This record gives sequence, C-alpha cells and structure tokens, in this order.
Amino acid sequence: MSDIKKFMFVNRKAPYGTIYALESLEVVLITAAFDQDVSLVFTDDGVYQLKKGQQTKGIETKNFSPAYRALEDYDVEKLYVDQESMQARGLAVEDFLVNVTVLSRAEMGALMDEQDVILSF
Amino acid sequence: MKFGIVVNEGPYQHQASDSAYLFARAAIEGGHEVWRVFFYHDGVNNASKLTEPPQDDRNIVNRWTKLAEDHKVDLVVCVAAAMRRGIREENLAKGFRISGLGQLVESGIKCDRLVTFGD
Amino acid sequence: MLHIINRSPLSDTALESCLNTATGGDVLLIEDAVYAATTGNAYEGKLRAAMGKFKISVLRPDLEARGLADKLIEGAAFVDYAGFVELVAANKTCQSWL
Repeated sequence: MSDIKKFMFVNRKAPYGTIYALESLEVVLITAAFDQDVSLVFTDDGVYQLKKGQQTKGIETKNFSPAYRALEDYDVEKLYVDQESMQARGLAVEDFLVNVTVLSRAEMGALMDEQDVILSF
Repeated sequence: MKFGIVVNEGPYQHQASDSAYLFARAAIEGGHEVWRVFFYHDGVNNASKLTEPPQDDRNIVNRWTKLAEDHKVDLVVCVAAAMRRGIREENLAKGFRISGLGQLVESGIKCDRLVTFGD
Repeated sequence: MLHIINRSPLSDTALESCLNTATGGDVLLIEDAVYAATTGNAYEGKLRAAMGKFKISVLRPDLEARGLADKLIEGAAFVDYAGFVELVAANKTCQSWL
C-alpha cells in the first residue's frame, strides 16, 4: 500500500496560550481518518498539552484536552513524550491524561528518522 | 519533484508567508512542481482580498494569486481555520479556494516533500 | 533529514531541541535562526560543537537582511532560496522545528 505514509506530528507548544495545540489535534484526527500511520510527539512545552485536570472555565475557553482521550477511537495509539522535557517541567507519566511512551532524546531522534512526513505547528 | 507547502502564519505579522513564497518561487524556477500551498492557522489571512498594504510594500496576497495563475499552484485555505478568522468566499482573493483539512493530509500523501513555514 | 529552524536560539529552544534530538543530517537556519550562526553570539560554541554531527547551512538573504552577512561563523555554509530548495530535494524528509 504505497498510499500509507508514516505521519509524525511534533507538538512543542503549550495549550491555550496559542491555538496551535488545538488546531494541530484537528489535523491529527483528519490524518487518522485517511488511514495513515500516525505518531504524536510531545516535547518541550508540548508536554503540557497532556496534563490532567485542565479547567478552562475561568478563561472562558473550550477545554479540548478530553480529545486526547478520544485518539484511540481513531486508532491513534502512538503517543510519545520526550523524557527530558517531561522531567524539566516537574511532570511524570501519572500527570498525563492518556497513556504515553516515554523516550530518550536519542530514541526520539531515531523514531523521527523513520517517518515519511513530519508536521509541526 | 512535487512539493507541498504549508503556511501557518498571516502575512506581514510574521516572515513565514514571505519565506514560503520565496521558497515556492525558487522551487518552480528550479524545475520543480509546487502542487499545493495549504494555509492553516493564521495563515488563512494570506487569502483576504481586503488586504491593502502601503504602496511601497510588497503585496503578499496578490503575489500568491499571481503564482497560482502563472504556475497552476493550488492555493487551499483550511475551512475551519478560515471560519474562525472571518475568511469567507466573499472576501477570498483570486486563486485561492476554501476546503477541508483533508487537503493538507493529501499533500502529505501525494507530494514528494512537504515543507512547513510557521512561527 | 533536513531540519529547518526559524527562531533565535537566544530566545527559543527550537535549535537546542533539534541538535539534542536529531540523529544528524542537514540543519538549515532561516529567519531569526540565522543569528545562531554569527560570530560572538552566546550560542556560537554550541553550534560549533554540533558541526561534527550536522551540516549547518544559513539562508543568506535572511542574514543579509539582518545586517550580519559579514559575521557568518566558519564551518557554516551560505545558501540562497535555490539552495534551500536543493536541500529539501536532497533529503528524504524535512522537519520544521516550530
């Protein structure tokens, strides 16, 4: 199947401060609907996207974090978090609202090399 | 070679759309095909025909239109991002069309290379 | 792979993350990232240290626009937009570190 490519979405930005995280997630869902091989990477401030317990009522903005939980319904199950970024922000896997695979920088770099298309927003 | 380009920032505010345009032009001059430019996030503002820069400045919107006319480049504006930001058929510049995010995925599938310009 | 960076390393971690994560290949500095490749900037040492692993290119029109074309560090190569296109074509994938 030459029409299936490996798409990787690299998320380096925190949610709410800008719209990138939300609109990136919209692309991920569409890409999955095209039956592509989808991986998501959360690195640098992007790891904040996955923090449990987001309460957005006070900023009168939609809390889109439950959508990360819906990813598996779209068969998007490859979620990777950069270990160094996670630790640098005082976070651990228990803080995330979905199951992720934690990778070292070297493992992340190797995974990037396997991709056909890498998108970052 | 077949190129796809993604533009994530609006004109004038950020250099991304200038870089994307100059890259597209160089690719065409180098004998490549620029199959599609997909405008996402604030990039959808590249498609507003209401844009009117000072006369001594470049006209970013018209420049895209001309690229589309001269080289059959498909300029696609994401519908969801456009709706959020007030870009509609009524104020869409010539050469652009509004469509879904699937067009971005299709660029990734069909193009040999996909290059993103953003913040 | 071609890694494209567009932010100054003195205000953003994109270049740092790229150099620490990627396995090697081409790095192209465009827009505000070109400041990374100028002599005497605080990131110069780190960029030089990465030169064994990465081939560093700098988009010349962006460095010229910023008045620093005469300050390109040794070991980094100038490219114009045609060279940018060639780098994209020569690498199987490219990644913009946004």
